Amino acid sequence: MTAVFRHEVRLFFSGLTAYVYGAFLLIFVGLYMMYYNLTAGYANFELALAGASFSFIITIPIITMRIIAEEKKQKTDQLLYSLPISTTQIVVGKFLAVFLTSALPMCLVVFYPLLLKNYGNLYLPTSYGAMFGYLLTAAALLSMGVFLSSITESQPMAAGICFAVMVLNYYMVTLAEYAASSAFGSLAALIVIEVLLAAVIKHMTRNAVLSEIFGAAAAAATVLLYLYKTEWFEGLFPKILENLSVYERFYEFVDGIFDYTHVVYFLSVIVFFLFLTVQSLEKRRYN
Amino acid sequence: MIEVKNLTKYYGDHKAVDHLSFSIQDGTVCGFLGPNGAGKSTTMNMMTGCLSATEGSISICGFDIFEHPLEAKRMIGYLPEQPPLYFEETPREYLRFVAEAKKLPRESIREEIERILAETQIQDVADRLIKNLSKGYKQRVGIAQTLLGNPKVIILDEPTVGLDPLQVVEIRDLIKSLGKKHTVILSSHILSEVQNMCDEILIISKGSLIAYDTAENLEKRMLPKTSIELLTDADRTESEKVFKDLEGIDRTEYAEEENGLLRILIETTPQQEFSARKVLSRRFAKVNRAILKMDLVKANLEEIFLELTSAEEEATGEEEEV
Repeated sequence: MTAVFRHEVRLFFSGLTAYVYGAFLLIFVGLYMMYYNLTAGYANFELALAGASFSFIITIPIITMRIIAEEKKQKTDQLLYSLPISTTQIVVGKFLAVFLTSALPMCLVVFYPLLLKNYGNLYLPTSYGAMFGYLLTAAALLSMGVFLSSITESQPMAAGICFAVMVLNYYMVTLAEYAASSAFGSLAALIVIEVLLAAVIKHMTRNAVLSEIFGAAAAAATVLLYLYKTEWFEGLFPKILENLSVYERFYEFVDGIFDYTHVVYFLSVIVFFLFLTVQSLEKRRYN
Repeated sequence: MIEVKNLTKYYGDHKAVDHLSFSIQDGTVCGFLGPNGAGKSTTMNMMTGCLSATEGSISICGFDIFEHPLEAKRMIGYLPEQPPLYFEETPREYLRFVAEAKKLPRESIREEIERILAETQIQDVADRLIKNLSKGYKQRVGIAQTLLGNPKVIILDEPTVGLDPLQVVEIRDLIKSLGKKHTVILSSHILSEVQNMCDEILIISKGSLIAYDTAENLEKRMLPKTSIELLTDADRTESEKVFKDLEGIDRTEYAEEENGLLRILIETTPQQEFSARKVLSRRFAKVNRAILKMDLVKANLEEIFLELTSAEEEATGEEEEV
C-alpha cells in the first residue's frame, strides 16, 4: 500500500496535475475570502470555504481522472495485478495519494483565519470546523472520482462522467426542490431511479435475470409500501436527495455545527465508493 | 516447479483455454508456442494471477495462485505482452516502485536496482524518461522489473515482438542468460525463436495442449523421415548403380542441374541417415565420382507445428461434421 501511495504521489508531483489543482483551489479560496471577508467584511471564514466548495466541480475530475483509467489504458494494471499486493491495498493507496495531493494546498489555507483574526473578531473553532468539513467533503467526492475513473479506460471519459456527477451533487438539493413533492410524484421518481439502477446493474454484471429480478422486486416493494402507507411518500423524494447530498452535510459544518453523524456519513461514503472501486477492478479479472 | 491442472477459461461463451494440464520443472526454459489467439497470453495471465480461471488450478512452487495469491506472486516476475511501464518515470524510479511493491527489504533496494540495471544493461538510460527510450530499451526495462527480488519463475509474454533484428538477438541472449538462474517461461509464435532459446516446448492451439516435449524429441517424434540432399558429377545411370541394394533408403529423386551436375534427394530415417551418408560417400568414391555437396535436410519445427495444428483442425472438423 505504501509503495502504491508513494508512487502515485510522485506521479502527481512530477506532472502538472498537483500544481494545477493547488492553483485552482488557492485561487477559489482566495477569491471568496477576498469577496466575503475582505470586501463584504463578514467575520466568518466558513463562508469563503463554502463558496470555494463550488470549485470541486472542476478540480475533482482533474485530479481523479487519471488515477485508474490511465493504468487500464497503458496496461500497467497488469503489473499491479501481478505484484504481491491486494486490490484493496492498491485502491486505498491510490485514494490516500489523491487525498494527500488535494489536501496539501490547505496547508496554506490553514493560516488564513489566523491572518484574518489580526484584523477582526473571528471565531476560530467554526473556521477550523468548516475546514475539517471541507476536507471530508473533498475526500468523499474524491472517492467518487476514483470510482468513476475505474469504470473506463479513457481519461476524458472519466473526467466527463465525473464532472456530470459533481454538478449533480452540487445542485442536487436545488433540483430536489423542483422535484414533485406529492406522494405519487415521489413514487414515480423512486421507480424511475430503481429502473435506472437495474439498468446499471445489468450493464456492470451482464446478467439480465439478476437485474430484472432486482428491478422488479424493488419496484414491487415500493408500490406495496405506497399502497400501505401513502402518507410516507409525501415529500419523500426531495428529502432523500437532501439526506444523500454531500454538500448539504458540508453546509452544516459551515453553519458552525459539528455533528459526528456527518463525519460517519462522510466516512461511509468513502468506504462505499472505495469498495465499489475494488469490485470494479476485481471484475476485470473475472470478465 | 509449476503445476497447471485442468485449466479452463471462458470469455462469455468463447472457450479460450480448454482443460490445459502440464508441469514445468525448476531450471528449464520453456516456450509456449502457438498461433495468434491460441490462448498463450490468457494462460500466462492466469498463471500470474492477472486473470481468474473458470476451472482448474495453478501451483507455483507449491503455492496456489488463486488460494494464496500473495505468496505465489512473490515467486513470479511477469512481463505482459505490452510492457507495463509508466512513461513519465525514469527506469530507476520505476524499478524502485516495483521493488517497494514487492516488499524487498528497504536497505537492499538501491543495491538490487543497481544489480538489475547492470544485468539488463540499461545503466546508460537509467535516468532518462521511459517515454523517450527505444522499444528495445523499454523491453529491457520491462524485463528488469521481472528480475527484482530474484523470483524463481520468470514469465515473459512475446518478449521479442516489435523489436528490430539486432534488438531481437540482444533480448534473446539476455533471456538465455536468465535461464541459467531462473525458470523461464516465454511465449512466441515464432518457431525458430522457441527452438533457439528453449529446452522444452509446449504447443498450444485453440486453447488446448497439442504437444509438450523437448525440441529434439519433438523433431524426432513427429517426423520419422529425414532427407539427404546430394550434388554429384555422376550421371543418372551411374548413380542408380550406386544406390542399388543400399539399405535404409526409402526413395530417391533425381534432378539434372544446368551445369551438368546431378542433384539427388534421398529419403531415409533418422536412425539410418548416418550410416547411409558414410556408405554413399565411399561408393561414389569407388566409381571415381565426386560428391560436391551433401546436406542433411532435417525436419524443422515449422513443419511439425503446421502438421500438429492442422491435424488438430482436421480432428475437430470431423467432429463437427458428425
